[in-house]
Amino acid sequence: MENFPQLVPLVVFAPLIGLLINLILGRWLGERGVGLVAIGAALTAFGVAVLEWIALANTGYAPSVVEIGILRDWLRIPAAAVDIAWQFRVDTLSVTMMLVVSGIGSLIHIYATGYMHGDKMYPRFFVYLNLFLVFMMLLVTGNNFLVMFVGWEGVGLCSYLLISFWWDKTQKDAKYGTVGWKNSLAGRKAMIVNRIGDFGLLLGIFLVFWTFGTLDFYKPGEVPIAAAHGAAHAGEGEAHAEGEAVVDTHAAETPAEGEALQAQPLSAAMGVFNQAETFLAEGREVNFGPFSLPIQTVLTLITLFFLLGVTGKSAQIPLFVWLPDAMAGPTPVSALIHAATMVTAGVYLIVRSNVFFHAAPFSSAVVTLVGTFTALVGGFIALGQWDIKKVLAYSTVSQLGFMVAAAGLGAYGAAMFHLVTHAFFKALLFLGSGVVIHAMEHGHHHVAHAHAEHGHEEGHHEEEAFDPQDMRNMGGLRHTMPRTYRAYLIGTLALAGIFPFAGFWSKDEILADALNAGFLGGKLEGYIAFGLLFVAALFTAFYMGRQLWMVFFGEPRTEAAKYTGERDFGYPVMVRVLEVLAVGSILIGLINIPSGFWIFDPVLPTHAFTDFLAHTVVYAHAGSAQMLLAFIAVGAGIAMLLLARFIYGRHPVVDGDKDPLEVREQTAGIFAYSNARMYWDETYYRFLEGPFNRAALWLADKLDGTFLHDFVHETLLRDAYNGATRVLTDPVDLGLIDGAVNGVGRLVRWVAGGIRRLQTGYVRVYALSVLFGALLIMVLLLAPLLRQMLGM
Amino acid sequence: MIELPTLESLNVVVTLPALALVLGAIVLLLVDVFLPERRRWITGWLALIGVLVSLGITLLTTDRTGEAFGGMFVADSFTAFLNVVVLITAAVGILIAMDYLRRTDMNRSEYYFLLLFSTGGMMFMGAANDLIVIFVALELLSIPLYVMSGFRRPETRSEESALKYFLLGAFSSGFLVYGIALIYGATGSTHLPAVWAAVSAIVEGGSSAVYLVLLGAGLIVVALGFKVAAVPFHMWTPDVYEGAPTPVTAFMSVGAKAGGFAALLRVLVIGLPSLIVAEQTAAAWVDALALIAALTMILGNFAAIMQTNLKRMLAYSSIAHAGYILMAVAAAGHPAVANQGVQAALMYLLTYAFTNLGAFGIIIAVERNDGSGVSLDDLRGFSRQRPWLALLMAFFMLSLTGIPLTAGFVGKWYVFWASINAGQVVLAVIGVLTSVVGAFYYVRVIVRMFLEEGSADLAQPRLPRTLRAGLIVAGLGTLIFGVLPFLAADMTTGIQIALAALGGG
Repeated sequence: MENFPQLVPLVVFAPLIGLLINLILGRWLGERGVGLVAIGAALTAFGVAVLEWIALANTGYAPSVVEIGILRDWLRIPAAAVDIAWQFRVDTLSVTMMLVVSGIGSLIHIYATGYMHGDKMYPRFFVYLNLFLVFMMLLVTGNNFLVMFVGWEGVGLCSYLLISFWWDKTQKDAKYGTVGWKNSLAGRKAMIVNRIGDFGLLLGIFLVFWTFGTLDFYKPGEVPIAAAHGAAHAGEGEAHAEGEAVVDTHAAETPAEGEALQAQPLSAAMGVFNQAETFLAEGREVNFGPFSLPIQTVLTLITLFFLLGVTGKSAQIPLFVWLPDAMAGPTPVSALIHAATMVTAGVYLIVRSNVFFHAAPFSSAVVTLVGTFTALVGGFIALGQWDIKKVLAYSTVSQLGFMVAAAGLGAYGAAMFHLVTHAFFKALLFLGSGVVIHAMEHGHHHVAHAHAEHGHEEGHHEEEAFDPQDMRNMGGLRHTMPRTYRAYLIGTLALAGIFPFAGFWSKDEILADALNAGFLGGKLEGYIAFGLLFVAALFTAFYMGRQLWMVFFGEPRTEAAKYTGERDFGYPVMVRVLEVLAVGSILIGLINIPSGFWIFDPVLPTHAFTDFLAHTVVYAHAGSAQMLLAFIAVGAGIAMLLLARFIYGRHPVVDGDKDPLEVREQTAGIFAYSNARMYWDETYYRFLEGPFNRAALWLADKLDGTFLHDFVHETLLRDAYNGATRVLTDPVDLGLIDGAVNGVGRLVRWVAGGIRRLQTGYVRVYALSVLFGALLIMVLLLAPLLRQMLGM
Repeated sequence: MIELPTLESLNVVVTLPALALVLGAIVLLLVDVFLPERRRWITGWLALIGVLVSLGITLLTTDRTGEAFGGMFVADSFTAFLNVVVLITAAVGILIAMDYLRRTDMNRSEYYFLLLFSTGGMMFMGAANDLIVIFVALELLSIPLYVMSGFRRPETRSEESALKYFLLGAFSSGFLVYGIALIYGATGSTHLPAVWAAVSAIVEGGSSAVYLVLLGAGLIVVALGFKVAAVPFHMWTPDVYEGAPTPVTAFMSVGAKAGGFAALLRVLVIGLPSLIVAEQTAAAWVDALALIAALTMILGNFAAIMQTNLKRMLAYSSIAHAGYILMAVAAAGHPAVANQGVQAALMYLLTYAFTNLGAFGIIIAVERNDGSGVSLDDLRGFSRQRPWLALLMAFFMLSLTGIPLTAGFVGKWYVFWASINAGQVVLAVIGVLTSVVGAFYYVRVIVRMFLEEGSADLAQPRLPRTLRAGLIVAGLGTLIFGVLPFLAADMTTGIQIALAALGGG
C-alpha cells in the first residue's frame, strides 16, 4: 500500500493512452470501440484515484510527492538554482479533486456514448474528452504552480475545442448566420476571456517565483508549518456553542502534526507555502531591486493576481460572460467541463493557496465580495432565461460564486464540500437537460416527418428554426419521460438546498460560515455575504422551480413535446447515468454533516470531509450548523418552489407569449432586465470591445500605415538614409577616413566598379556600416574611462 | 636552439575529434580523384561517415581534457559541447544537401570537402586557446564558405553573393588581426590565459596599456560580430543567404554562427573577463555587446517582417537570433553569471541548430531546380498537399518563435534567465518584446501553409530519403530538447569556462 502513490501518474497517462488509441485507431474502432476505450481510460483513472484514497487513509493521510524517473526534469538551471520538475502530489485535496474529476468524468463518458450516438465526429469527441481528463488531472495533481498552469491552460484549450465542437452546423441562426458560426464565436469568446484571467494567474506565479525562488507547493517529505496554527484557527471559527465538540476533535488531532513540525528543521529546501509562513513569522521583506515590500503586501498582490485567474476560469464577475455562451458545446461537455470540473479549478486554486489567502485578509475580502456578487448576479439572470441550458449555466455561475465566497471567508472546507456536491447535482441537471433536449429533437423530427412541415407559422419567430432548448416549447414531460423526471426532480431539490439532499448540507454550511464570519469574526464582508447569498439561494429555488414546472408539468405546449420519450437507442444508458447521479445527489451530502445536527450527529461521523481535507488544507476549519438558519433556509426554499408553481403552474408560457412576470407591471421591468442578462455583454461590447476595435483600426491604419510606413519608413528612414549615405560616401569617405581604411575604401570602389552590374555601391555601404559599427564599439568601450577622466 | 616538441607534449589525443575530421576531409579529396564519374555519389556518404566518426570520437573522449600543441589548443567540456553542435550541423547539412546538389547539377565533390574543412575550422575555433589559432581557425572556417556560396556558378546571384561575402569577410579579418596585434602589444602574449593574467595586472596597476586592450577587444568584437551577423555588421547576410545555394545557407547560418560565438566566448570570457575599468562591476565590453544585442534583435526581427522571400526572411531571422545569443554573451561579462551566460549561449546554439536546419530543409524540399519557389507565397496551401511536412515546418516556425515544448523556447528561456540574473533587465525586456515581433512573421508562414488556398507542393514528386533523414534528425532534436531540455543542460553544467582556477570566475 505504501507503493500506491507511485501509481498516480496513471491518472494522467491512462486518458493519454486512451486518446492516443482513439486518435490513431478511432476510424476503425467504430462507435462501440471508441466509447469503450475512452470509458476504460476514464475508469482506470478513477480506479487509481480510489487506490490513492485508500493509500492515504492507511498511511495517516501523509502526503507524498511522486516523480517519474526520466521525465522528472523540466526546467532546470543549476547555476541559478532553478529547478521546476514534473512532480505529482498525492494529498487529501488532490485526491478529492481526482475522485470528483474521474468519477463524474467516467459517468459523463458513459452518458456521452449515448448522447453522441450517430455524430460524424464521434471519435474526435472522445479524444477531446480524454484530453480534457489528461489536463485536468495534471492541474489537480501537479506539485508546483507551473505544472498546474500547464493543466490550467490545457483544460482551457479543451474547453475551447469542445465549445466550438459543432462549428460546422449549417442551421440558420437569426443573429449569427449559422449555428456553426455561433458555436465558433462562443468558443472564441471563452478562449479570449480566459486569456485575461490566465494573464493574472501567470503574473501571480511569476511573483511567487520571485519571492520564494521555487514554485513547489511543498518539497517531498515536507510538513506544513501552518498545521499548528490550523488548530487555533479552527477554534476561532468555532466559538459558537454547537461547535465545541469539533474543537475537541481538532485538538486531539493536531499534536501529532505539531510534533512533526518541530522535527522539521527550517531549511532553504522549503516549498512556497512553508516559506511564506516563515517569512511571515520573521516579518521579512521581499526585495524588488530598487524597492522592497513587506511579505504581507507581496502575498496580497499574489492573491489578487490569482483572483484574476479565478474570475476567468471559474466564471466570476467580471469575466463570467463566457460561461453562458459556452453552452453551445454538446451537453456532456457542459456537464463535465462547464459545471462539474474545469470551472471549479479556480476554487481549487484558492483552496490550494489557502496559506497565501489566509495571510492576505484584504484579498480574501475581495474574493468574498466577488463571489457573493457573482452568486447574486448569476441567480438573478437565471430567473429570466428561456433556454433550459442557459438557466443551468447562470445557475452554475451563481453556485461557483457560492464556492468562491466561501473560500474568501476562509471556509475552505465548505467551499470544497460545495464543489463536490455541486459536481454531482449540477452534472445530473445538465445531463438531464441533455436527455430532454435530445427527446425534444426526436419529437420534432417525428412531427416534421408526420406533417412535412411544423407548426410555427405565427409570431415573430417564423424565420427561426425550432429550438429544442426553449422551455416554452416543452411542458408535461413528466408523463413521457418519467425516469428522467424523477432524477431531475432530485437534482432540483438538491440544488435548491432542500433537506436532506446534498445541496442542503453544503449550502447551509456556507451560509452558516458567512453568518459566523459576520457575527463572531466581526467581518463586514461576512454580513454582506450572508445577506446576499441568502437572497441568491432564494433565487436558486425560484428559478429551479420555474424550470421544473415549465419543463415537466402542465400540458405539452408543442407537438414536439408530445412525442418525446426515453426508449430509443441511446436513452437507456443516459437515463441510467442520471439515476446513478441522482443517488449520489441524495447521499453525497452525508460525507460532511455538521456536529450537533439532530439525529445525524450520533449516527454518522461529523465533519468527516473537512477533517479529511484539513490534512492538506491547513486553514480549513469545520463548519457549524445553525439549526434555526437551516429551518429558515429550507422553509424559504420550499416557499420559493411553491411560488414558482403558483406563477408558472397556472400560466403555461407558449413560445411568443410573455412570461407571467412580464405581464404584471410591478415585475415587468425586473424580468426584462434579467432576461437581457443585465446587459452585461452589451456593456462590454460598448465600453471594451468597441473602443478596442476602433483602437486596433486606428493603429493599423493611421499609426502603422500612414505614420510608420509612409512617414517614418519612407520619408524619415529611406530618404534620410539615402541622404546620409551620399554625405558619408563623398565627403566623409574621401576626407576623413585615412590610411588602411582608405585603402579598403578604394578596394571596395574598385571592386564595385567591377561588379557594377550587380547592385552597384551596396558592398561599399555594407563596409561603411561595419566601420560605423566599429566606431560605435570603440566609443562604447572607451566611454567609462573617458567619463572617469572628465569627472576627475 | 629550438626545442623540438615530443609527441607527449603535443598531447595529440585531446585533438582527436578535429584531427579525425580533417584527416577524413583529406582522404575524401584523395579518393575523389580516383572515383569514376558514375560513382561520385559515394563522396557524400564518405563525408557523412567522416563526420559521424568524428562525432563518435567526440562523445567517447569527453573526459579527455587538457591543452595540446603547447597550449595553443585546449579541450574541455566547452569544446566537446561545441563539437557536438558543429558536427550535428555538418551531418544534417550533408543529408539535406545530397539530393539537392544532384538535381541542380552541382554534384561536385569539392562541396563535401569544403564543408568538412569549414567544419574543422569551427571545431578549432571552439578549441582555440590562443589568439593566433582563433585567426587561423576563422580563416579555415570562412574560406570554404566563400567558395561554397558561389557554388552555383555560373548563376550570377550565387557568384555575387560569394564575392560580397569574400570582400566583406576579408575586411573583417583585417579587423581581427588588428585587434590581435593591439592586444599582443599590450599584454605581450597571444595565449589566452596569459592575456588574462596580463590584463588583470594592467587593470590593477592602472597602466595606460588598458586603452590598447580596449581598442583590441573592440576590433575583435567587430570581426566576430561580422561572422555571427550582428547589427551593424549584418548587411551582407540577406544577400549572401539569398544568393548562396540553400544547403550552403543552412550550413552557414548555423555553423558560422556557432564558430563565431565560440571564438567570441573564448576571447571575451577567458581572455578578457577581468577588463573591468572605471570601477564598474562588469567587464568593459558588456555595454557594447548589450547595445549590439539590442540593435540586432530589433533590426533583425523588424526587417524580417518585410521579407517576402523565405531565405531572406530566415536570413533576418538568423540575425535576430544572433542578437539573443549576444545577450547571453553580454551576461557572461558579469563575473557572477559568467558560467551561466556561457551555458545559455551554448544551449541556444544547440537548439537553434536543429530548428534552423530543419526550416531550411523544408525550403530545400520545395525549392525548384532553378532556385525559384522559395517566396512566402509559394507556400500557400502547402498543408493540403503535404500535411506532415507542413506540420513539421509549423513546428520549426513555432520553435523559432520560442513556443514552449519546442527547443527554441528552451534556448530563449536560458538566455533570458542568464540575462536577468546579470541584471540586464532592459535587454531581457527588449528580447521578449522582439520575440513577440518575431512571432508575427513566423506565424505568417504557418498561416500561408494552413489557412490559405493554394497548391504549393514539393519540387519533386517524392521526398528524397536523405532529405527526409535530415528533417527527422532536425525535428527530433527540436522536439527532444524542447520537451527534455535537461538532456543537453546536463552537458553544459560541467562547463566552467570562466577559469575559476585563476580566480576569474
